[in-house]
Amino acid sequence: MQIAMTVNGGGQSHEVEPRTLLVQYLRESAGLTGTKVGCDTSSCGACTVLVDGESVKSCTMLAAQADGATVTTIEGLADGPNWHAVQQAFHEHHGLQCGYCTAGMIMAAVGFLDENPDPTDREVRLGLEGNLCRCTGYQNIVAAVLGAANTMKAAR
Amino acid sequence: MIPAAFDYVRADSVDALLATLTEHGDEAKILAGGMSLLPLMKLRLAVPSVLVDAGRLDELRYVRDGGDHVAIGALTRHRDLETNALLAAECAVVRTVAAEVGDNQVRHRGTIGGSVAHGDAASDLPAVLLALDADFVIRGAEGERVVAATDFFKGFLETALAPDELLTEIRVPKSGPEGFSYQKFNRRAQDWAIVGSVAVRAGGTTRVGLVNMGAIPLRARGVEAALAGGAAVADAAQAAAEGTDPSADINASTEYRAHLARVLTRRALEAIA
Repeated sequence: MQIAMTVNGGGQSHEVEPRTLLVQYLRESAGLTGTKVGCDTSSCGACTVLVDGESVKSCTMLAAQADGATVTTIEGLADGPNWHAVQQAFHEHHGLQCGYCTAGMIMAAVGFLDENPDPTDREVRLGLEGNLCRCTGYQNIVAAVLGAANTMKAAR
Repeated sequence: MIPAAFDYVRADSVDALLATLTEHGDEAKILAGGMSLLPLMKLRLAVPSVLVDAGRLDELRYVRDGGDHVAIGALTRHRDLETNALLAAECAVVRTVAAEVGDNQVRHRGTIGGSVAHGDAASDLPAVLLALDADFVIRGAEGERVVAATDFFKGFLETALAPDELLTEIRVPKSGPEGFSYQKFNRRAQDWAIVGSVAVRAGGTTRVGLVNMGAIPLRARGVEAALAGGAAVADAAQAAAEGTDPSADINASTEYRAHLARVLTRRALEAIA
Protein backbone atom coordinates (compact mmCIF):
# COMPACT_ATOMS: atom_id res chain seq x y z
CA MET A 1 0.00 0.00 0.00
CA GLN A 2 1.07 3.60 -0.61
CA ILE A 3 1.43 5.80 2.46
CA ALA A 4 2.52 9.39 2.95
CA MET A 5 3.34 11.40 6.03
CA THR A 6 5.18 14.50 7.09
CA VAL A 7 8.36 13.57 8.95
CA ASN A 8 10.37 16.35 10.58
CA GLY A 9 8.73 18.87 8.30
CA GLY A 10 9.40 17.04 5.05
CA GLY A 11 7.08 14.90 2.97
CA GLN A 12 7.68 11.15 2.80
CA SER A 13 5.82 8.75 0.53
CA HIS A 14 6.54 5.06 0.12
CA GLU A 15 5.01 1.79 -0.96
CA VAL A 16 4.97 -0.47 2.13
CA GLU A 17 3.54 -3.76 3.26
CA PRO A 18 0.56 -3.18 5.59
CA ARG A 19 2.41 -4.97 8.39
CA THR A 20 5.29 -2.47 8.34
CA LEU A 21 5.78 -0.97 11.79
CA LEU A 22 6.21 2.77 12.10
CA VAL A 23 9.70 2.36 13.56
CA GLN A 24 10.70 0.17 10.61
CA TYR A 25 9.29 2.72 8.21
CA LEU A 26 11.19 5.57 9.84
CA ARG A 27 14.49 3.68 9.97
CA GLU A 28 14.38 1.75 6.71
CA SER A 29 12.19 3.74 4.33
CA ALA A 30 12.79 7.27 5.60
CA GLY A 31 16.41 6.49 6.55
CA LEU A 32 16.07 8.07 9.99
CA THR A 33 18.00 5.73 12.28
CA GLY A 34 18.01 8.03 15.30
CA THR A 35 14.89 6.22 16.54
CA LYS A 36 15.98 2.96 18.16
CA VAL A 37 14.36 -0.43 18.55
CA GLY A 38 14.88 -1.57 22.12
CA CYS A 39 12.62 -4.22 23.62
CA ASP A 40 10.32 -4.39 20.56
CA THR A 41 7.40 -5.10 22.94
CA SER A 42 6.25 -1.55 23.84
CA SER A 43 7.85 -1.72 27.26
CA CYS A 44 11.09 0.27 27.00
CA GLY A 45 10.16 3.42 25.08
CA ALA A 46 13.43 3.60 23.07
CA CYS A 47 11.36 3.89 19.88
CA THR A 48 9.28 6.85 21.11
CA VAL A 49 8.43 9.47 18.49
CA LEU A 50 5.76 12.15 18.30
CA VAL A 51 2.74 11.49 16.08
CA ASP A 52 0.63 14.62 15.66
CA GLY A 53 2.44 16.01 18.70
CA GLU A 54 1.79 13.08 21.04
CA SER A 55 4.40 10.56 22.17
CA VAL A 56 3.86 7.02 20.90
CA LYS A 57 5.92 3.85 20.84
CA SER A 58 6.66 3.40 17.15
CA CYS A 59 7.31 -0.34 17.53
CA THR A 60 3.65 -0.80 18.41
CA MET A 61 2.07 1.26 15.68
CA LEU A 62 1.71 0.39 12.02
CA ALA A 63 3.14 2.82 9.50
CA ALA A 64 -0.31 2.62 7.89
CA GLN A 65 -1.85 4.06 11.06
CA ALA A 66 0.40 7.12 10.69
CA ASP A 67 -0.58 7.63 7.04
CA GLY A 68 -1.29 11.35 6.68
CA ALA A 69 0.11 12.19 10.11
CA THR A 70 2.84 14.58 11.19
CA VAL A 71 5.73 12.70 12.78
CA THR A 72 8.65 14.13 14.70
CA THR A 73 11.75 12.07 15.46
CA ILE A 74 14.94 12.97 17.31
CA GLU A 75 16.43 14.21 14.02
CA GLY A 76 13.68 16.83 13.78
CA LEU A 77 14.21 18.53 17.14
CA ALA A 78 17.23 20.74 16.58
CA ASP A 79 16.94 24.04 14.75
CA GLY A 80 20.03 23.87 12.54
CA PRO A 81 23.07 23.91 14.83
CA ASN A 82 20.93 24.84 17.85
CA TRP A 83 19.78 21.97 19.95
CA HIS A 84 16.25 21.76 21.34
CA ALA A 85 16.06 22.82 25.01
CA VAL A 86 15.55 19.18 26.07
CA GLN A 87 18.59 18.00 24.09
CA GLN A 88 20.65 20.81 25.61
CA ALA A 89 19.46 19.92 29.11
CA PHE A 90 20.33 16.21 28.68
CA HIS A 91 23.83 17.35 27.65
CA GLU A 92 24.24 19.77 30.55
CA HIS A 93 22.80 17.47 33.21
CA HIS A 94 24.56 14.38 31.85
CA GLY A 95 21.20 12.66 31.40
CA LEU A 96 22.68 9.71 29.53
CA GLN A 97 25.47 7.20 29.60
CA CYS A 98 25.36 4.62 26.80
CA GLY A 99 22.80 6.69 24.92
CA TYR A 100 20.62 3.89 23.62
CA CYS A 101 17.46 5.04 25.40
CA THR A 102 18.23 8.72 24.85
CA ALA A 103 16.39 9.41 21.60
CA GLY A 104 13.20 7.87 22.98
CA MET A 105 13.70 9.45 26.39
CA ILE A 106 14.09 12.90 24.86
CA MET A 107 11.07 12.49 22.58
CA ALA A 108 8.96 11.28 25.52
CA ALA A 109 10.18 14.28 27.54
CA VAL A 110 9.36 16.74 24.74
CA GLY A 111 5.83 15.30 24.47
CA PHE A 112 5.44 15.30 28.24
CA LEU A 113 6.55 18.93 28.67
CA ASP A 114 4.11 19.97 25.98
CA GLU A 115 1.30 18.49 28.11
CA ASN A 116 2.75 19.56 31.45
CA PRO A 117 5.08 22.57 31.02
CA ASP A 118 5.69 23.06 34.74
CA PRO A 119 6.05 19.60 36.29
CA THR A 120 7.22 18.49 39.70
CA ASP A 121 9.97 15.90 40.15
CA ARG A 122 7.27 13.28 40.84
CA GLU A 123 5.30 14.22 37.72
CA VAL A 124 8.43 13.90 35.58
CA ARG A 125 9.04 10.40 36.94
CA LEU A 126 5.43 9.38 36.26
CA GLY A 127 5.50 11.08 32.87
CA LEU A 128 8.54 9.05 31.81
CA GLU A 129 7.43 5.73 33.30
CA GLY A 130 7.16 4.30 29.79
CA ASN A 131 10.87 4.77 29.16
CA LEU A 132 13.56 2.55 30.61
CA CYS A 133 17.20 3.51 31.13
CA ARG A 134 19.56 0.82 32.37
CA CYS A 135 22.56 3.13 32.92
CA THR A 136 21.74 6.34 34.71
CA GLY A 137 19.43 5.44 37.55
CA TYR A 138 17.18 8.21 36.16
CA GLN A 139 18.37 10.91 38.56
CA ASN A 140 20.10 13.00 35.90
CA ILE A 141 17.35 12.38 33.38
CA VAL A 142 14.79 13.83 35.79
CA ALA A 143 17.14 16.75 36.49
CA ALA A 144 17.50 17.34 32.74
CA VAL A 145 13.74 17.37 32.15
CA LEU A 146 13.20 19.77 35.06
CA GLY A 147 16.05 21.92 33.74
CA ALA A 148 14.54 21.95 30.26
CA ALA A 149 11.17 22.94 31.73
CA ASN A 150 12.84 25.96 33.36
CA THR A 151 14.66 26.95 30.18
CA MET A 152 11.50 26.66 28.12
CA LYS A 153 9.52 28.62 30.70
CA ALA A 154 12.06 31.42 30.61
CA ALA A 155 11.91 31.50 26.81
CA ARG A 156 8.12 31.93 26.74
CA MET B 1 9.20 -8.82 15.51
CA ILE B 2 6.90 -8.23 12.56
CA PRO B 3 3.28 -9.39 12.35
CA ALA B 4 2.31 -12.04 9.80
CA ALA B 5 1.08 -10.55 6.53
CA PHE B 6 -2.51 -9.32 6.42
CA ASP B 7 -4.79 -7.24 4.22
CA TYR B 8 -5.33 -3.79 5.65
CA VAL B 9 -8.71 -2.08 5.34
CA ARG B 10 -9.19 1.41 6.74
CA ALA B 11 -12.82 1.91 7.72
CA ASP B 12 -14.20 5.36 6.93
CA SER B 13 -17.57 4.72 8.55
CA VAL B 14 -19.14 2.32 11.05
CA ASP B 15 -21.31 0.88 8.27
CA ALA B 16 -18.30 0.25 6.05
CA LEU B 17 -16.51 -1.41 8.95
CA LEU B 18 -19.49 -3.67 9.65
CA ALA B 19 -19.71 -4.60 5.98
CA THR B 20 -16.04 -5.63 6.00
CA LEU B 21 -16.61 -7.72 9.12
CA THR B 22 -19.64 -9.40 7.56
CA GLU B 23 -17.59 -10.22 4.48
CA HIS B 24 -14.61 -11.73 6.31
CA GLY B 25 -16.14 -13.18 9.51
CA ASP B 26 -13.62 -14.36 12.08
CA GLU B 27 -10.72 -13.96 9.64
CA ALA B 28 -10.91 -10.24 10.37
CA LYS B 29 -9.87 -8.34 13.48
CA ILE B 30 -10.73 -4.76 14.38
CA LEU B 31 -7.75 -2.50 15.08
CA ALA B 32 -8.50 0.33 17.52
CA GLY B 33 -5.44 1.81 19.27
CA GLY B 34 -3.53 -1.43 18.81
CA MET B 35 -1.98 -1.44 22.26
CA SER B 36 -3.12 -5.02 22.94
CA LEU B 37 -3.68 -6.39 19.44
CA LEU B 38 -0.41 -5.33 17.80
CA PRO B 39 1.81 -6.98 20.46
CA LEU B 40 -0.23 -10.19 20.03
CA MET B 41 0.19 -9.97 16.26
CA LYS B 42 3.93 -9.35 16.57
CA LEU B 43 4.18 -12.49 18.70
CA ARG B 44 2.02 -14.23 16.07
CA LEU B 45 -0.44 -15.20 18.79
CA ALA B 46 -3.03 -13.35 16.72
CA VAL B 47 -2.85 -13.93 12.97
CA PRO B 48 -5.82 -12.16 11.35
CA SER B 49 -5.87 -12.26 7.56
CA VAL B 50 -7.75 -8.98 7.41
CA LEU B 51 -7.09 -6.05 9.74
CA VAL B 52 -9.88 -3.47 9.80
CA ASP B 53 -8.54 -0.18 11.12
CA ALA B 54 -11.24 1.66 13.07
CA GLY B 55 -8.76 4.30 14.21
CA ARG B 56 -10.09 7.08 11.99
CA LEU B 57 -13.71 6.77 13.12
CA ASP B 58 -13.81 10.04 15.04
CA GLU B 59 -17.60 9.64 15.26
CA LEU B 60 -16.83 7.09 18.01
CA ARG B 61 -14.46 9.36 19.93
CA TYR B 62 -16.51 11.38 22.45
CA VAL B 63 -17.61 11.78 26.07
CA ARG B 64 -21.22 12.99 26.33
CA ASP B 65 -23.82 13.61 28.99
CA GLY B 66 -26.49 10.94 28.55
CA GLY B 67 -28.81 12.09 31.36
CA ASP B 68 -28.45 9.41 34.03
CA HIS B 69 -25.20 8.19 32.50
CA VAL B 70 -22.08 9.38 30.73
CA ALA B 71 -21.77 8.01 27.18
CA ILE B 72 -18.22 7.28 26.05
CA GLY B 73 -17.47 6.49 22.42
CA ALA B 74 -15.56 3.25 22.03
CA LEU B 75 -12.62 4.92 20.29
CA THR B 76 -12.10 7.47 23.04
CA ARG B 77 -8.49 7.25 24.09
CA HIS B 78 -7.28 6.83 27.65
CA ARG B 79 -5.66 10.26 27.40
CA ASP B 80 -9.03 11.77 26.46
CA LEU B 81 -10.64 10.15 29.52
CA GLU B 82 -7.80 11.24 31.78
CA THR B 83 -8.31 14.90 30.84
CA ASN B 84 -12.10 14.97 30.55
CA ALA B 85 -14.00 17.46 32.74
CA LEU B 86 -17.43 15.80 32.41
CA LEU B 87 -16.03 12.51 33.67
CA ALA B 88 -14.20 14.28 36.49
CA ALA B 89 -17.53 15.65 37.70
CA GLU B 90 -19.91 12.78 36.93
CA CYS B 91 -17.90 9.57 37.05
CA ALA B 92 -14.40 10.38 38.24
CA VAL B 93 -13.44 6.76 38.83
CA VAL B 94 -13.18 6.23 35.05
CA ARG B 95 -10.99 9.29 34.65
CA THR B 96 -8.73 8.34 37.54
CA VAL B 97 -8.28 4.73 36.50
CA ALA B 98 -7.70 5.67 32.85
CA ALA B 99 -4.69 7.63 34.12
CA GLU B 100 -3.32 4.39 35.64
CA VAL B 101 -3.36 2.45 32.36
CA GLY B 102 0.10 1.67 30.96
CA ASP B 103 2.18 4.79 30.41
CA ASN B 104 1.79 8.11 28.57
CA GLN B 105 2.61 6.64 25.17
CA VAL B 106 0.12 3.80 25.67
CA ARG B 107 -2.60 6.18 26.86
CA HIS B 108 -2.13 8.37 23.78
CA ARG B 109 -3.08 5.46 21.53
CA GLY B 110 -5.11 2.98 23.61
CA THR B 111 -8.90 3.24 23.63
CA ILE B 112 -11.55 2.32 26.19
CA GLY B 113 -13.42 0.26 23.61
CA GLY B 114 -10.30 -1.62 22.63
CA SER B 115 -9.60 -2.42 26.27
CA VAL B 116 -13.15 -3.68 26.82
CA ALA B 117 -13.33 -5.67 23.58
CA HIS B 118 -9.94 -7.28 24.27
CA GLY B 119 -11.45 -8.49 27.55
CA ASP B 120 -8.21 -8.99 29.45
CA ALA B 121 -8.81 -9.69 33.15
CA ALA B 122 -5.51 -7.93 33.91
CA SER B 123 -6.68 -4.63 32.37
CA ASP B 124 -7.66 -1.80 34.68
CA LEU B 125 -10.82 -0.45 33.07
CA PRO B 126 -12.95 -3.59 32.53
CA ALA B 127 -13.12 -4.30 36.28
CA VAL B 128 -14.07 -0.67 36.90
CA LEU B 129 -16.85 -0.80 34.31
CA LEU B 130 -18.04 -4.02 35.89
CA ALA B 131 -18.17 -2.39 39.33
CA LEU B 132 -20.05 0.57 37.84
CA ASP B 133 -22.69 -1.69 36.24
CA ALA B 134 -21.86 -0.08 32.91
CA ASP B 135 -23.67 -0.97 29.69
CA PHE B 136 -21.98 -1.69 26.39
CA VAL B 137 -23.60 -0.70 23.10
CA ILE B 138 -22.85 -3.11 20.28
CA ARG B 139 -23.60 -2.74 16.59
CA GLY B 140 -23.83 -5.49 14.02
CA ALA B 141 -25.44 -6.10 10.66
CA GLU B 142 -28.71 -6.84 12.49
CA GLY B 143 -28.72 -3.53 14.31
CA GLU B 144 -27.85 -2.38 17.80
CA ARG B 145 -28.00 -4.20 21.12
CA VAL B 146 -27.03 -3.28 24.65
CA VAL B 147 -25.20 -5.76 26.88
CA ALA B 148 -24.65 -5.22 30.60
CA ALA B 149 -21.01 -5.36 31.69
CA THR B 150 -21.97 -8.19 34.03
CA ASP B 151 -23.01 -10.30 30.97
CA PHE B 152 -20.20 -9.22 28.65
CA PHE B 153 -17.05 -11.02 29.79
CA LYS B 154 -17.31 -14.71 28.96
CA GLY B 155 -13.88 -16.31 29.31
CA PHE B 156 -10.16 -15.74 28.75
CA LEU B 157 -10.03 -12.91 26.15
CA GLU B 158 -13.58 -13.91 25.22
CA THR B 159 -16.56 -11.54 25.26
CA ALA B 160 -20.18 -11.33 24.13
CA LEU B 161 -19.03 -9.68 20.89
CA ALA B 162 -19.65 -11.76 17.75
CA PRO B 163 -16.97 -11.64 15.02
CA ASP B 164 -19.16 -9.37 12.91
CA GLU B 165 -20.00 -6.90 15.69
CA LEU B 166 -18.44 -3.64 16.83
CA LEU B 167 -18.51 -2.17 20.32
CA THR B 168 -19.56 1.44 19.76
CA GLU B 169 -20.29 3.00 23.14
CA ILE B 170 -19.76 2.51 26.87
CA ARG B 171 -22.43 3.92 29.19
CA VAL B 172 -21.35 4.55 32.75
CA PRO B 173 -23.94 5.48 35.38
CA LYS B 174 -23.17 8.78 37.07
CA SER B 175 -21.40 8.01 40.33
CA GLY B 176 -20.05 11.48 41.00
CA PRO B 177 -16.65 13.07 41.56
CA GLU B 178 -15.70 10.92 44.57
CA GLY B 179 -16.72 7.82 46.53
CA PHE B 180 -14.32 5.45 44.83
CA SER B 181 -10.88 3.96 45.29
CA TYR B 182 -8.71 1.93 42.93
CA GLN B 183 -5.91 -0.06 44.53
CA LYS B 184 -3.51 -1.33 41.88
CA PHE B 185 -0.69 -3.53 43.04
CA ASN B 186 2.35 -3.98 40.86
CA ARG B 187 6.06 -4.11 41.41
CA ARG B 188 7.38 -1.84 38.69
CA ALA B 189 6.18 1.34 37.02
CA GLN B 190 3.92 0.74 33.98
CA ASP B 191 3.40 -2.98 34.80
CA TRP B 192 0.01 -4.65 34.66
CA ALA B 193 -1.74 -5.05 37.99
CA ILE B 194 -0.69 -8.26 39.73
CA VAL B 195 -4.04 -7.75 41.45
CA GLY B 196 -6.29 -4.70 41.53
CA SER B 197 -9.39 -3.87 43.49
CA VAL B 198 -11.81 -1.04 42.83
CA ALA B 199 -14.57 0.02 45.20
CA VAL B 200 -17.33 2.36 44.06
CA ARG B 201 -20.04 3.75 46.31
CA ALA B 202 -23.12 5.11 44.56
CA GLY B 203 -26.77 5.37 45.50
CA GLY B 204 -26.15 3.97 48.97
CA THR B 205 -24.54 0.72 47.81
CA THR B 206 -20.91 -0.24 47.45
CA ARG B 207 -19.70 -2.43 44.61
CA VAL B 208 -16.29 -3.98 44.20
CA GLY B 209 -14.48 -5.07 41.03
CA LEU B 210 -11.36 -7.22 40.88
CA VAL B 211 -8.51 -7.11 38.35
CA ASN B 212 -6.54 -10.26 37.50
CA MET B 213 -8.33 -12.62 39.89
CA GLY B 214 -9.49 -15.07 37.23
CA ALA B 215 -9.95 -15.53 33.50
CA ILE B 216 -12.28 -12.54 33.36
CA PRO B 217 -12.69 -9.33 35.38
CA LEU B 218 -14.81 -10.14 38.43
CA ARG B 219 -17.15 -8.61 40.97
CA ALA B 220 -16.43 -9.39 44.62
CA ARG B 221 -20.02 -10.43 45.31
CA GLY B 222 -19.22 -11.84 48.75
CA VAL B 223 -17.82 -8.49 49.85
CA GLU B 224 -20.78 -6.60 48.45
CA ALA B 225 -23.26 -8.91 50.21
CA ALA B 226 -21.40 -8.62 53.52
CA LEU B 227 -21.41 -4.83 53.30
CA ALA B 228 -25.10 -4.79 52.42
CA GLY B 229 -25.70 -6.95 55.49
CA GLY B 230 -23.98 -4.41 57.68
CA ALA B 231 -20.57 -6.07 58.09
CA ALA B 232 -17.59 -3.94 59.06
CA VAL B 233 -15.15 -3.12 56.26
CA ALA B 234 -12.35 -5.32 57.58
CA ASP B 235 -14.70 -8.30 57.90
CA ALA B 236 -16.35 -7.77 54.53
CA ALA B 237 -12.97 -7.56 52.79
CA GLN B 238 -12.15 -11.07 54.01
CA ALA B 239 -14.61 -12.35 51.38
CA ALA B 240 -12.73 -10.70 48.49
CA ALA B 241 -11.21 -13.92 47.11
CA GLU B 242 -14.41 -15.96 47.37
CA GLY B 243 -15.47 -17.32 44.01
CA THR B 244 -12.29 -16.19 42.27
CA ASP B 245 -9.90 -18.37 40.33
CA PRO B 246 -6.60 -16.50 40.02
CA SER B 247 -3.70 -17.92 38.05
CA ALA B 248 -0.19 -18.53 39.32
CA ASP B 249 2.63 -16.95 37.34
CA ILE B 250 6.07 -15.40 37.71
CA ASN B 251 4.60 -12.51 39.72
CA ALA B 252 2.44 -14.32 42.25
CA SER B 253 1.02 -17.64 43.42
CA THR B 254 -2.73 -18.14 43.61
CA GLU B 255 -2.54 -17.90 47.43
CA TYR B 256 -0.67 -14.61 47.23
CA ARG B 257 -3.20 -13.21 44.75
CA ALA B 258 -6.04 -14.18 47.11
CA HIS B 259 -4.20 -12.43 49.94
CA LEU B 260 -3.71 -9.33 47.78
CA ALA B 261 -7.41 -9.28 46.85
CA ARG B 262 -8.36 -9.21 50.55
CA VAL B 263 -5.80 -6.55 51.48
CA LEU B 264 -6.40 -4.30 48.47
CA THR B 265 -10.18 -4.55 48.87
CA ARG B 266 -9.88 -3.58 52.53
CA ARG B 267 -7.73 -0.59 51.58
CA ALA B 268 -10.17 0.45 48.85
CA LEU B 269 -13.14 0.19 51.21
CA GLU B 270 -11.31 2.07 53.96
CA ALA B 271 -10.46 4.82 51.49
CA ILE B 272 -14.13 5.46 50.71
CA ALA B 273 -15.46 4.84 54.23
